[in-house]
Amino acid sequence: MSVSGHQPPPFFKRGLPPTARLTLYLLVALALLVADLRYRYLETVRQGLSVLTYPLQIVAETPAEWTRHTFNYFSSLSTLRQENERLREQALSDSKRLLRQESLETENNQMRELLGMHERVGVHSTAAEIIYTARDPFARRVIIDRGQRDGIEAGLPVIDGAGVVGQVTRIFPLQAEVTLLTDRDQAVPVKVVRNGLRAIMFGAGGGQLELRYLAANADVEPGDTIVTSGLDGVYVPDLPVAKVTKVDRDDARGFARFICKPAAGIERSGAVLVLSRQEAPPPRPAELPPTAVTPAKPSRARSVGGR
Amino acid sequence: MQITNHSRRILLPVRMSWVRFTLLIALTLDFIPQPPFPGVPDFTALALAFWCVREPLRIGMGAGFVFGLLVDIGHGSAMGQHALAYVLLAYAAAGASRRLLWFPPAAQALQMAPLFLMTQVVMLIVRLLAGADFPGWAYFLTTVSTSLLWLPIHFLLLLPQMQPEERDENRPL
Repeated sequence: MSVSGHQPPPFFKRGLPPTARLTLYLLVALALLVADLRYRYLETVRQGLSVLTYPLQIVAETPAEWTRHTFNYFSSLSTLRQENERLREQALSDSKRLLRQESLETENNQMRELLGMHERVGVHSTAAEIIYTARDPFARRVIIDRGQRDGIEAGLPVIDGAGVVGQVTRIFPLQAEVTLLTDRDQAVPVKVVRNGLRAIMFGAGGGQLELRYLAANADVEPGDTIVTSGLDGVYVPDLPVAKVTKVDRDDARGFARFICKPAAGIERSGAVLVLSRQEAPPPRPAELPPTAVTPAKPSRARSVGGR
Repeated sequence: MQITNHSRRILLPVRMSWVRFTLLIALTLDFIPQPPFPGVPDFTALALAFWCVREPLRIGMGAGFVFGLLVDIGHGSAMGQHALAYVLLAYAAAGASRRLLWFPPAAQALQMAPLFLMTQVVMLIVRLLAGADFPGWAYFLTTVSTSLLWLPIHFLLLLPQMQPEERDENRPL
């Protein structure tokens, strides 16, 4: 017999009726959803509560990790040999280019010095490996095997051999979550190489990217290479992002659709680099209220200081 | 032997420690990374619905809310997404409990399928409203696999209650 057969008679104290409890729980859940999806208030709560789930996650991941390691261990000799050969050829061709790049970089720095421009910011990189895709089926995210312990921070860009892969969005002690470029919420400030036109790139679903907020007559053509502009202070400038594949100019609307194909192997897993700047970017200038004019500023500063 | 209200079998009372343990195991199974195929069953929803049907006075919407939040954190999905769906699931399962327990397990599985589908549709609607991509029709395979798992789970989770009151060496179950 189920326990439901032994319910106490209704005149005993039973707490809230089920419908009322349901309404309460639904309201709390909806409030949480709005706070998280709309205002992103709950990241600290999530980090705090992940202490509870982390041991379980480790337990669940350990067998998967073992299988991965065993698979790697037994991957056949011939595959490794082929890969080794390919990598050696690539290293040779790269070294030629690297030798030239070194001299070009020094030359570039000298010329910049002559022109009185700032030197380009140096970049640190941490090698990582994509270990699996995140369980959430609604977002395009992957997990890499470097985390807080290796100095990864939220917001750092992630690249592979061919271009930008995405951005670190959450960090865990030993792992980090990377949101791929193809995710709908992921935006990258970019420019067109051919003419330096600035734009913003968004994920468009189906493994494609889209340039948004460009006028219908913007000078973008199929085949154009899109690179990061670096204006955001997050991405290093001039990393390849995508190639324009289709331009759909519809006169009825103010904007054209620019569909692009990512340069990096975004949907494949493998080795990636997490980039971080060697020094912090220069601070943003303080935003002035639109009415503030130069003579008014000192008096305000004095009054603030006097308080 | 069908363990339903219809059968003559009298079960031992359930131990809450066993209920909590099975829910934790289900949660851990949900955290296994990188499903190699679509339609991985939602183990937490399954265990939760099972205990809501079996013990509606002890496990209910509160457990659904807490375990939903834990799944949200583990999966990195929106906070409250699974909690919302699991609270609805627990409410519906507890409501259907008296009727469901008169059916054999296969018929129960068939009647649970709409509830699991509702859980998924709720999550889909929430995320689509928030501007996410449609994940493809394979997303709904989870409902099928979860409902199919109802049969083995029905046996497994009731095993401790099927022990005889006096231990008989010749009849272990």
